Amino acid sequence: MSFSKMPLVEANQTPDASSLSLDSERTLYPYVTGTSVVAFKYRDGILMAADMGGSYGSTLRYKTVERIKPIGKHSLLGASGEISDFQEILRYLDELILYDNMWDDGNSLGPKEVHNYLTRVMYNRRNKFNPLWNSLVLGGVKNGQKYLGMVSMIGVNFEDNHVATGFGNHLARPILRDEWNEDLSFEDGVKLLEKCMRVLLYRDRSAVNKLQIAKITEEGATLFPPYSLKTFWGFEAYKNPTVGAEGSW
Amino acid sequence: MFRNQYDTDVTTWSPAGRLFQVEYAMEAVKQGSAAIGLRSRTHVVLACVNKANNELSSHQKKIFKVDDHIGVAIAGLTADGRVLSRYMRSECINHAFTYESPLPVGRLVVQLADKAQVCTQRSWKRPYGVGLLVAGLDESGAHLYYNCPSGNYFEYQAFAIGSRSQAAKTYLERRFEKFMDSSRDDLVKDALIAIRETLQGERLTSNICTVAVVGVGEPFHILDQNTVQQLIDAFEIVAEEEPPAAEAGDAADQETAAGEGAPAEEGAAPMDI
Repeated sequence: MSFSKMPLVEANQTPDASSLSLDSERTLYPYVTGTSVVAFKYRDGILMAADMGGSYGSTLRYKTVERIKPIGKHSLLGASGEISDFQEILRYLDELILYDNMWDDGNSLGPKEVHNYLTRVMYNRRNKFNPLWNSLVLGGVKNGQKYLGMVSMIGVNFEDNHVATGFGNHLARPILRDEWNEDLSFEDGVKLLEKCMRVLLYRDRSAVNKLQIAKITEEGATLFPPYSLKTFWGFEAYKNPTVGAEGSW
Repeated sequence: MFRNQYDTDVTTWSPAGRLFQVEYAMEAVKQGSAAIGLRSRTHVVLACVNKANNELSSHQKKIFKVDDHIGVAIAGLTADGRVLSRYMRSECINHAFTYESPLPVGRLVVQLADKAQVCTQRSWKRPYGVGLLVAGLDESGAHLYYNCPSGNYFEYQAFAIGSRSQAAKTYLERRFEKFMDSSRDDLVKDALIAIRETLQGERLTSNICTVAVVGVGEPFHILDQNTVQQLIDAFEIVAEEEPPAAEAGDAADQETAAGEGAPAEEGAAPMDI
């Protein structure tokens, strides 16, 4: 096989787990999971945010999981779902980008190409009943063109001006539908992201208050240091919660 | 002299450090009918001579569309050319399926060259007996490459391969500096004139040549016969106004004198007698 072929993701040289009926080697349920990722296009490129939590079922076990990573020169990948599968995907993409760089010609894989490659990978794994248990958000800028897309664990993919995974779809996207516009500045974009992430922090039980914001522009990717959002719990309804409660407790 | 001792298989070196089988394969390219290519910043034109063996048969297909943005003209063993075109189409379509994006032509020619190289290093294979002029577009603009049976490939501003290609090359050498900024139509005209050079006095008509174009906003396609004939007529009429010149070198001057209104034609090409 010439070196220039895709990584051995779909190589059928060895019989794989599902064909050997080794259930222990197929993904049946996720174990360590990340929650929502929110992303949208803004004036200079793409803004993406995700918290740094890795839940082990209902336990908020890991609190410094980076769920957004830069891919090549032109893209950012954010993932929710099984963290180990995300790490596997990063390994595939690493190989892909390596081979792309080895060509050493003027061409490079842009966000559109990476998104489609990921779609192929996710869909093929789903067909083998051994999915990579992730919802992926792929954003990037190349030659002035902004690109933002999503791939789910069953291979559903689409592009849009703003995307979110998991709970983000229910809580963040309505906000974005109302308040997003084509020409957001960086500051306004971050404010909008924080608004979405704050709602998620209040309402999603698997969210942790430590989030990472990343941006990608024509110049390249920037991952900002993690920080926490200010929250407010001083509502009247939360004071003296037992007043007026019936029963012995 | 010693050629015959060391030319039985491709995996035998000669004492002078040559692989004769590969060189013989390149001879096969020179025997094929002419194919030429030229490019500007935004367009690439391929043209070839397509003569049928006899009146009853159709002519050999020598230009193949590989993808919307890539096409190839071949000279030599056309069967080998057909097989390689199929390989190229397959590579392009696989890339487009996985990445939803056209395969950069620079990468395709490297894959093609690597494929050709394999045949120069296996005792049970023979080199492909076909030269390919690959015309394509990618992010960095329009490109023309020549892929050789030896596994080498080069990028060209303009090139000609096949029999009597030297006449075309001479014409192209005189004019290639202008090609980068040529308009698409001028490029096609130059291609047709270069083809005419290889015909050595025989009349150029659209049924003995094929022309194909690819460019920014223009997917690769072969021009239909009527269009080609009109283009030929346009500059042949011009040529007939001047007293017919025996030397091929006059052809360039004749169309500049008539002035088709094309800015790239200005200035007579220097005559090299």
